[in-house]
Amino acid sequence: MAVEALNFQVAPSNKGRQSKRSLWLLPPILLLAALVVYPLVLVATESFTGGLATWREVVGSTEFRNALIRTIQISVTSTIGCLIVGTFLAAVISFVPFPGARIVSGVVDAMLSLPSFLVALSFTFLYGTAGVLGSLAGGFLTTPWAVVLAEITFYTPFVMRPLLGAMARIPRVQLDVAASLGGGPWRVLSKIVLPEVKPALVAGGSLTLLLTLNEFGIVLFLGARDTTTLPMLVHTKGIVMFDYPGACVIAVVQILLSITLYAVLRSALGGRRARLD
Amino acid sequence: MFAIVLAVLVLAPFVVVGAAAFSGSWNGVFPSDPTTSHLRDALSGDELASLTVSLQTALLGGLLAVVFGTWAALASRTASAPLVRFTDALYHLPIAVPSVVVGLGLLVAFSRPPLLLNGTKWIVVIAHLVLMVAFTYGTVAAALQRTDDAYADVAASLGASPARVLWQVRLPMLRPAIVSAASLSVALSMGEVGATIMVYPASWRTLPVSVFALTDRGQTFVAAAESLVLLAVTVVLVVTLDRLRGRAVER
Repeated sequence: MAVEALNFQVAPSNKGRQSKRSLWLLPPILLLAALVVYPLVLVATESFTGGLATWREVVGSTEFRNALIRTIQISVTSTIGCLIVGTFLAAVISFVPFPGARIVSGVVDAMLSLPSFLVALSFTFLYGTAGVLGSLAGGFLTTPWAVVLAEITFYTPFVMRPLLGAMARIPRVQLDVAASLGGGPWRVLSKIVLPEVKPALVAGGSLTLLLTLNEFGIVLFLGARDTTTLPMLVHTKGIVMFDYPGACVIAVVQILLSITLYAVLRSALGGRRARLD
Repeated sequence: MFAIVLAVLVLAPFVVVGAAAFSGSWNGVFPSDPTTSHLRDALSGDELASLTVSLQTALLGGLLAVVFGTWAALASRTASAPLVRFTDALYHLPIAVPSVVVGLGLLVAFSRPPLLLNGTKWIVVIAHLVLMVAFTYGTVAAALQRTDDAYADVAASLGASPARVLWQVRLPMLRPAIVSAASLSVALSMGEVGATIMVYPASWRTLPVSVFALTDRGQTFVAAAESLVLLAVTVVLVVTLDRLRGRAVER
């Protein structure tokens, strides 16, 4: 009886402290609820202002379908490119001794926080009609490939960073033994390094896939006629044409696409989700 | 081979933008007519105004993002598990959603009562706050996981009030993380274009939006010069903030 009374007393007081502590989370939660969730909910309701008619009209348009396909094409191609180039660069930085390797990894870190439109801007000088490679690459700038190349340039460091970390943890001895047993560089890379760094490859690749799906700056600056992506279409409809309901429909599709991908990635990567940030 | 791939991919864009900023024309393989007039254009009139707008937005938005990101990370340490998961998901939302959509949402939400912010600078600051807070929360929360709770527990057991534990134990231990969160959010905010271009009023045009307006008008050389200014200012800000962190570690 006494013990029960004691338990009865202890439990609520702990609970009280817990809920009081949880109260401290209320202001930050309310802030994001007001500034992110509420606007997104309004976007969803706004997309239904004309009933289902707006949806039918937008989703049925070839403009939307082309943009959707284009977005996925560019995103997947860029991610594959980033993975190939990033693995190559990270392997060289990690395993081939050369002066300035540390400086290079510092540059890689710095690039992560730079704006993506810089790459697109530089492309107008590199591949533009009056640029470095202008005569060779005539018309390249107006193709989706220009966007893909710009995204590979910008997002490769996002793949390299987790890879560099993972490669630093592979014991050198393991590689030396493989090499001494007659494994060529490519064989060592594919049989030993790649299986070891697979989680980092998956993490970096999926982050890149999400970011390229959402990329706006590069597409805006390259401004190619045939290269309209979903984020670009949201901007055109919302700001240039003032068609809010139409823009909201596309935004909802984009949100569903991105959030689904993000949720799948987070659950698939589990404990590695910190890498996604 | 490695050097070529690295040079073409990583360094070329910056070299090219830097070279274009100082050249009068670029009709062959190399730029010609070296000049500083673009840089002067980029540092005068409207363009200078954008620089100060960008600086104010980045510092204000970054500061608010650091405050709320740190707050959320610290508070979620002691809260119940489901609530923490909810907060975690909420604070990752702005990363998962494209910035253009975040901007559209703010535009739709704050062009109507109860809060009419469309057309003011505050909608731009809010957009930057929302986008950066995800990163500051992530950085501080990750650092919190690595710190040892024992220090705070000992301080509390010796009779320090919760406020004193927070102020004299927890925050100093988190200072390096808070500083790097601040420099990351300032750098990202200086270059933010997706959400800003959706919400900015004519009176509050940030530097990246000005750069876009210039390229759109075909003034690519001035745009390059202005990008160079943007890069230089960002580097100075990040290095200054990094100094703060260095001193914190020495202490």
